[in-house]
Amino acid sequence: MNVLDLSRLQFAVATYFHFLFVPLTLGLSMLVAIMETLYVRGRDPDYKRMTQFWGKLFLINFAIGIVTGITLEFQFGTNWSRYSAYVGDIFGSLLAIEATVAFFLESTFIAVWFFGWNKLSPVAHRRVAWLVAIASNLSAFWILVANAWMQHPTGFVLRHGRAELSSFLAVVTQRFAILEFVHTLGGAYTLAGLFVLGISAWHLARRREVAFFKKSFRVAAAWTLVFALFEIAQGHMNAEILQTAQPTKLAAMEAHWVTGRQAPINLVAWPDPAGERNSVQALAVPGALSLMAGYSLDTEVKGLKDYPADQRPPVLPVFLSFRLMVGLAFLFLAVALYAFLKRAGIERQTRFLRFLPWMIPLPYLANTVGWTIAELGRQPWIVYGIMRTRDAVSPIQTVQVATSLAAFVLVYGLLGAADFYLLFKFARKGPDPLTAR
Amino acid sequence: MLETVWFIIWGVAWAVYFMLDGFDLGLGTLFPFLTRSEADKRVVINAMGPFWDGNEVWLITAGGVTFAAFPRTYAVMFSSLYTPLLLLLFALILRGVAFEFRGKVDSPAWRRTWDVCLVAGSFLPALLLGVAFANIFQGLPIDAAGVLHGNLLTLLNPYGLAGGLTFVLVFGVHGLLWLATRSEGALQARAGDLARKLWLAEAALAVVFLAMTWFSTPLWRNVLARPYLLPLPGLAVAGLLAARVWIGRAAWWKAWFASSCLILGTVLFGVAGLFPNLLPSSLDPQASLTAFNSASSPLTLEIMLGVVLCFLPVVIGYQLWVFLTFRDPVTPASIHDGPAY
Repeated sequence: MNVLDLSRLQFAVATYFHFLFVPLTLGLSMLVAIMETLYVRGRDPDYKRMTQFWGKLFLINFAIGIVTGITLEFQFGTNWSRYSAYVGDIFGSLLAIEATVAFFLESTFIAVWFFGWNKLSPVAHRRVAWLVAIASNLSAFWILVANAWMQHPTGFVLRHGRAELSSFLAVVTQRFAILEFVHTLGGAYTLAGLFVLGISAWHLARRREVAFFKKSFRVAAAWTLVFALFEIAQGHMNAEILQTAQPTKLAAMEAHWVTGRQAPINLVAWPDPAGERNSVQALAVPGALSLMAGYSLDTEVKGLKDYPADQRPPVLPVFLSFRLMVGLAFLFLAVALYAFLKRAGIERQTRFLRFLPWMIPLPYLANTVGWTIAELGRQPWIVYGIMRTRDAVSPIQTVQVATSLAAFVLVYGLLGAADFYLLFKFARKGPDPLTAR
Repeated sequence: MLETVWFIIWGVAWAVYFMLDGFDLGLGTLFPFLTRSEADKRVVINAMGPFWDGNEVWLITAGGVTFAAFPRTYAVMFSSLYTPLLLLLFALILRGVAFEFRGKVDSPAWRRTWDVCLVAGSFLPALLLGVAFANIFQGLPIDAAGVLHGNLLTLLNPYGLAGGLTFVLVFGVHGLLWLATRSEGALQARAGDLARKLWLAEAALAVVFLAMTWFSTPLWRNVLARPYLLPLPGLAVAGLLAARVWIGRAAWWKAWFASSCLILGTVLFGVAGLFPNLLPSSLDPQASLTAFNSASSPLTLEIMLGVVLCFLPVVIGYQLWVFLTFRDPVTPASIHDGPAY
C-alpha cells in the first residue's frame, strides 16, 4: 500500500469512528433538552431524573465525538495537503466558521450544563441544554456544507491554480447542502430515538422503574416515528438531486449500466463491474428509477457505461450499502410505528420489549452505510469533477502514515471499547433513585 | 492589508490558545507532583473541569484560521509536521477522554490508567507545541514544492528542545497559579510553594531561550527593526517579573494574570518577529510561506473577517461569563455536594 491507500484508509477509520458518536450527540442533545423542558414546565421530578440519566449517557458519548472530530480537521492538512492548498479558500473557511460559530458554543456550554446544576436557575439551565443541542446541530450544518461542496462544488472559480470562492451564498445555500444536512439529521435523530427506545425497553422488560422508562419510551416513540418517516420521504429527494449533481453515484447505487428512459429498479441484482453489467438481475419494476429521479417515466437516467471506467465509483459496495440503508429505513419505520401505537400499554408487550434492545446497533449500521454511499460513491473524485482523490494526497513518507494508521486503530479501538463499556454500564444501571438533591 | 490583519488574527488565536489551555496542560503535567490523595486529585481535575473543553477549541480555531486564511501554509505546515502533530492529537484525545471517563468506574486500576493518560496527554502537547513553534521560528527545511527534508529528529535540535522545555515550564507555573486561585488549604499552599520554586527554573530557562532566540532565529532583529513591537517582549518580561512579586504576596489571581501576560507577550513577540513569514524555509528564503504568498482570495478573507469580528467577541463574552460563574474554589465538600468529574 502506498501513501494514498494508507491515507484513505486512515481517513475512513477516523471518520467512521467519529460518526459512531456524532449521530447520538445530535439526536440525544435534542431529546435531553426536550426532557428538561418538560421538567421545567411541570416540575415532575421524573423528568429531571430523565434529563440526568439520558444526559449522563449523552456525556459519555459526547466526549469521544468531540475529541475524534479534532483529528479530522487536522488530517486535511497532514494527509491531504494538496487538497487543502487547492480548495482551502472555500473548504477551510467553512471549517473555520464551524469552529467559531458552533464548536465554541457547544464545547463551552456542555461544561456549563454538566457543572451548572446548582449554579443556574432551572430556567437558565434549560436554556443551556437548548444551546448545546442547537450548537451541536449547527456544527453539523457547517461540516455538511463543507462536505456538500466536495460532492457538488459550486460558487467558485478556478484561478491562480486553485479553487477560489466567487459566491459564499451559493456555497452555503445550495440545495445539495440543505438536503445533505436534513438527511444526516433525520438519520441521527432516528438513531437517538431507537437508542432511547431500546434501553427503555430493556428496563421495562425487567419491570424496573416502569413509570420512568414509560415516560422515556413515550417521548422517544413519537420522536422516532416522526423522523423515521421523514427520513424515507426526504431520502427520496436526495436520489433525485443525484441524477443531475452526481450521476455516477446514482448509477452505482442502483447498478444501472445503460443510459435510457423508463429506467427500471431491479429488486434483485448483483453487479459485475468487470463485465459492465449485472450478473444477476430479476424482478424489475419498470420505469421506477426514472420515476424516482425525475417524477416521469421519460426521465433519462445516465448509466455507468456513459463514463470511462476510471471515472466510476466502486459499484459493488455502493450498491450494497444503498440496498441495506433503504431496507433498514423501512424496518425502522415499522418498529417506530409499532412502538408508537402500543406506547400506552407498552409494559405488557413483553416480546417486543425483548426485541427492541437488539435494534440499537442497526441505526448505527444505517448511518455508516449511508456515509459509505456518500463518500465511496463520490470516488474517484475528492471534489466531484474537479479534483481526483489521488491528486490530493500529501508528499509524505509511507512509514509515517503506516505508523499513524496503526496508532489510530489501536487508540480508537481501546477508546471505543471503553466508551461502549461505560454506555452499557450506565444504561443497565438505570437512573439514580429519587433523592433530596 | 487584509493579509496583515489575518496574520495578526492568526497570532492572537495561538496566543490565546496557549494562555487558556496552557494552564490545563501545565496542571495536567504536574498532576502527580501535586496530589497526595484521591481527594486532591479530584480537586485538581475539577479545577480545570468546566474550562478545558472550551479552551481546547482555541486550538481548533487557530488551525481553522490557518486553513481558511492561509491554506497553503496550512497544507505545508501540517504535512511537514506530520508525526509531531498526530502525536499531539492523540495526546489531546487521551487527555479529553481522561477527564470524562476517570470517575466513571470505582476502581483504582481504572483511575490510574486515566491518570496516566491525563499526565501524558498534558505533558506531550506542551512539549510538542513548544518544539514545533521553536522550529517554526528558526525555519523548517522545506523546499519550494512544500516538501520537508527531514524527520522528527530534525525538529529535536537544541533550540527546538529549549522551546519545548520552556513551554512545559511556563505552562506548569501557569497551571499551578490557576490551581492556587481555585483551591484551598494544603493543596493551595503546595501549589503556591511549587510555583515559587518552579518560577526560578522558568525564569532561568526563559533567559536561555530568549538568548538562543537571538542566535538561532531572526526574531530579535525583526522586532528591533520595528521598535513599536518592543512592548511585546516587554510584556513578557514584565509578566514574568510581576508573577514572582505576586506569588510572594500570595495574590494568586494577579499572579495568574501576570503569567498570562508572559505567555501572550512571548507568543506575540515570536509571531511578530516572524512577519511576514508564517513558515520560513531554512533551505531557501524563496520557499518560505508568507502571509502574502499563501493567503486566500480577498473575498474569502473579507467574509471570514466579518465572521470573526461578529462572533469572536461573543465567544470571548460567554467564555468570560463561564470563568466568572465557576470562579469559586473547588473543595472536597463542593465536589461531594455538586456535579463533578
